[in-house]
Amino acid sequence: MKDAIIETKDLSFSYPADEGEEPALVLKGVDLAVEKGSFVVVLGHNGSGKSTLAKTFNGILLPGGGRVYVAGMDTSDEDLLLAIRSTVGMVFQNPDNQIVANVVEEDVAFGPENLGVPSPEIRKRVDGALAAVGMGEFARHAPHLLSGGQKQRIAIAGVLAMEPECIVLDEATAMLDPVGRREVLSAVHKLNREKGITVVLITHHMNEAEDADRVVVMDDGRIAMDGTPREIFTQVDQLRSMGLTVPDTVDLLDRLRKDGFDVPLTALTVEECADAVYGAMAK
Amino acid sequence: MLKDITLGQYFPGDTVAHRLDPRTKILLVVLYIVALFCADSLLAYGILALVLAVCVRVSRVGLKALVRGLKPVVFIIVFTGILNLFFTPGDQALVEWGFLRITTVGARNALFMVLRIMLLIMGTFLMTYTTSPISLTDGLERLLNWMKRLHVPVHELAMIMSIALRFIPTLIEETDKIMSAQKARGADFESGSIIQKAKALIPILVPLFVSAIRRAEELATAMECRCYHGGEGRTKLHVLQYAGRDYAALAMGAVITVGIIALR
Repeated sequence: MKDAIIETKDLSFSYPADEGEEPALVLKGVDLAVEKGSFVVVLGHNGSGKSTLAKTFNGILLPGGGRVYVAGMDTSDEDLLLAIRSTVGMVFQNPDNQIVANVVEEDVAFGPENLGVPSPEIRKRVDGALAAVGMGEFARHAPHLLSGGQKQRIAIAGVLAMEPECIVLDEATAMLDPVGRREVLSAVHKLNREKGITVVLITHHMNEAEDADRVVVMDDGRIAMDGTPREIFTQVDQLRSMGLTVPDTVDLLDRLRKDGFDVPLTALTVEECADAVYGAMAK
Repeated sequence: MLKDITLGQYFPGDTVAHRLDPRTKILLVVLYIVALFCADSLLAYGILALVLAVCVRVSRVGLKALVRGLKPVVFIIVFTGILNLFFTPGDQALVEWGFLRITTVGARNALFMVLRIMLLIMGTFLMTYTTSPISLTDGLERLLNWMKRLHVPVHELAMIMSIALRFIPTLIEETDKIMSAQKARGADFESGSIIQKAKALIPILVPLFVSAIRRAEELATAMECRCYHGGEGRTKLHVLQYAGRDYAALAMGAVITVGIIALR
């Protein structure tokens, strides 16, 4: 395997419990290495520990047991915290609650300002980041007047301006309408393709995993499945048993198979699926 | 109804008044207030009114908007005026009518007091009308920078202020939503006595506070993720810089203030 940008070693975590109660483990020994430049989707139903896992990736939550390394840096080392957080940027679910300033460009500048980047360089980074997410023309706008998808792209630009090597999106599309979701996903895919930025996308929308390099399925604080989208989605029954729904295409093919048609489960995209169904009918 | 709330409303524009450094404008307002409190003749008030009129003209802010700013304080102005008019002791009575007695000193005081409050409010409003809230906060932070040596958390206060400004529209939107939700379930906010109306607000305030606290928590996490660690070693996208016009404006302000003091 190539260099890992994020590496967890036997990571466990529990939130503080009420007095007298045993704290329940949310993460139970996670070993995961995210390869540099890859696009990884982490799937899991609510309470599977996927969001908690994401928050350990840049030291917002510190491991209860085990270790997390970001580009070789231990996240529990407080002196490295700024370096770690500027390496792994994070975008959260609610776009309103992560925008700090009331002008778009001021908000994007927030990260580099905190890092003490000189003003002319901040200007360059802000313009570059806004252009990269296709929001250049909104630089002087007020964020609360933008749509959800636009706000979330501003949040991505704000992370991008810190020049991170990796962006973690923690259910960043969950509150968006389909249009906004598509905007954000295509922006993230573009960053991954063109700038080589590692992307970790935490979601419970199966369809967002179709184009990923790798899919990791979390269940009950452990990694339940790990592989390419095709490898994962063909295991329809196992996914269902973990409370996850499979993409519509795979669902259709799975039902056809159960009715005795000879179709492959590996046809993920709509075109492939249509071809597979057509092929089966022609026989 | 909540859309009507204007807090430090800003009218974007590109006049000299808009382009002045926020620090200059804050200092000018301070000078103007000093001058107002030193003025004690009709001539002095005349000059100060004229100065304001010129500034309003230059800023192209409509006089209507400025007068609208006076509306919420009309009561205070009238009240102060009446108090001064009737209750100033003095020998020369201008009018005497029963127990009411207006003295010349009283009439003078009342007129000056009313003028002073009106000019003071309009002057301050002119600043907020021509300066965006962010640059105003920025200017304040820079102006009060020296207080850091006295361990006053200047950066933190400025950050609190700008985040508060940032969340005003978000929270207003949220309040509207909560009100609609409560109305849909039969809540009545418009009728009844003042006490009943105040009580009707409780089911709005509770969810609003809960959500504001939740927002604050998420925002704090997001800020930490973007490497926020206080004001130390922080740089700025826009660095405030005094230009020639700022020095000119400040010099004019100083001359007028000194002149008013000399007129005493």
